[in-house]
Amino acid sequence: MAHAEANVTASLAEGHAVPLHRLAHARAGDKGDRLNLALFAYDPCRYETLVAQVTEERVLALFAHRGASRVRRYLMPGLAGMNLVIDDVLQGGVNGALNLDGHGKTLSFLLLSMDVVVGKT
Amino acid sequence: MTFLLGSGAGFSGDRTDAAIPVVAELIRRGQPAALVFETLGERTLAAAHRALRDDPAAGYEPLLEELLAPVLDDCLTHGIAILGNFGAANPDGACRVVAELAAGTARGEASIGRVHGDDIRARLAELDLQRWEAESRELPGEEALISANVYLGAAPLVEALGLGAEVVVSGRVADPALFLAPLMHHFGWAWDDWDRLAAGMMAGHLGECGAQVTGGYFADPGFKEVPGLATVGYPIIEVEEDGRLVVTKPAGTGGMVTARTVKEQLLYEVHDPANYLTPDVVVDLSTVRVEELGPNRVAVSGIRGKPAPQRLKTTVCYEGGWQGEAEISYAGPNALARARLAAEVLRERLTFRAPPELRSRLDIVGHASVFDSDAGDLQRRLPASDSGDYRLRLAAEHAERRWVERATQELLALYCAGPAGGGGVRRQFQRRVCTASYLVKRSDVEAFATLFEASPVNQRRAAHGAR
Repeated sequence: MAHAEANVTASLAEGHAVPLHRLAHARAGDKGDRLNLALFAYDPCRYETLVAQVTEERVLALFAHRGASRVRRYLMPGLAGMNLVIDDVLQGGVNGALNLDGHGKTLSFLLLSMDVVVGKT
Repeated sequence: MTFLLGSGAGFSGDRTDAAIPVVAELIRRGQPAALVFETLGERTLAAAHRALRDDPAAGYEPLLEELLAPVLDDCLTHGIAILGNFGAANPDGACRVVAELAAGTARGEASIGRVHGDDIRARLAELDLQRWEAESRELPGEEALISANVYLGAAPLVEALGLGAEVVVSGRVADPALFLAPLMHHFGWAWDDWDRLAAGMMAGHLGECGAQVTGGYFADPGFKEVPGLATVGYPIIEVEEDGRLVVTKPAGTGGMVTARTVKEQLLYEVHDPANYLTPDVVVDLSTVRVEELGPNRVAVSGIRGKPAPQRLKTTVCYEGGWQGEAEISYAGPNALARARLAAEVLRERLTFRAPPELRSRLDIVGHASVFDSDAGDLQRRLPASDSGDYRLRLAAEHAERRWVERATQELLALYCAGPAGGGGVRRQFQRRVCTASYLVKRSDVEAFATLFEASPVNQRRAAHGAR
């Protein structure tokens, strides 16, 4: 396991754009029409890269087509992670949405599709 | 002495064999322990109320027997308390099932506690309701109301344990309160010992979703490998009197407990990590630390607590008309273009075959579906490929079933009147449940516990009110 993960991060070249998925893992949770995305750097050395590039503005833009109205970011340096709280992104939430995933559980991987530049802070 | 909290289920519909290795491990350890089944979601409760309306004996967790039967005898024999919100809309019905199951155990009976006070539907109109900020819906008319339940804290559960309950049955309580309660009962923590309450609540938060802290909902092949997902072990949280926590799982099970699995669950469904609201304490995670002690042993420390909020969350479920879905597949050469044409045809048909208030959405599964907006913005942005395997999905809602049926019938008609090579139509309809959440004054909620089948004289109301 550790070996596979080492290979994944070893192939990252500084200065190149990669999907966030290469640097971090995430989990989505929903309450009402509010989504939280907890995002953690695999390697704590990459945490500053996430802080610099996974901004409230960029996350709001990524989810704008879904009607997201606000993103609040809570930094958790002790966990090498952050909590991104997005309002009005669930199309009515689990009891209101017509989409295939009313909980928004899959949206952690939409976040992980965001491009980040390795090593740029 | 360490107290062990085992998790046997993380939602209604979870694996029903999960508790077996957890209970075996609790027995092997021989330490004081409790087993928790968390089986109640927002919609689960509405579904339970509907079931109760159709059948007065229903309305509790449908899998209750399957969950309890394999472990009840062992838990009663070894003094492992069982707590569950599997009462849903009908805690008395669930108590009856537990009593019947207990009659078949070696002991032949069990002391069953029942929590009261979460169902406030009858009093809703007279209560001082504040809107909960993450939702913006209006309170429905009385005729549409299905249920209104307060998220109770741990106090009535502790009261039930104090009455001698070996199995505690509740409806709506805050999920982690099911775990906090046996800790309060065992350690005798004070209700204003905020740091310990916060630690106990987070022990519950880590355990409440079952396998989500032990490698379930974590695997991402090539990035996050999880061994033995088919037999993933559900969590056991070791809690010390001073509030120290260690997350672990039964020996010999699949899955894993690592700093990463614990971190993902720690922030699950949390908003501001410095102010995580629960009925019993406001949890501050800003200084939390997660540390791997060894294989499948992760310590969580640095959790702080602040005084409990003065209002409790209440979720109201109400009738939301009807929802229907229908799907058809297109595959092979030019499949995406055919699926897109089918979508266009449907969209046009609905403009003159359905009333304007019918809300609908079309997805092309395999191209852009779960991430898309109702308007299909992503679908239009993505390039088309020549071939593939796509499934066109229509979802529609309306107050009247007949319009939803007619909309999905329009998709069915694509068999003969749509593009070439479509097949595999499936249709389904269901009643739609909507929810709205509010905050009620703690002082307006009366939560208490009784022993099932105890005489009414012995049933006392909790002096501490709404905790």
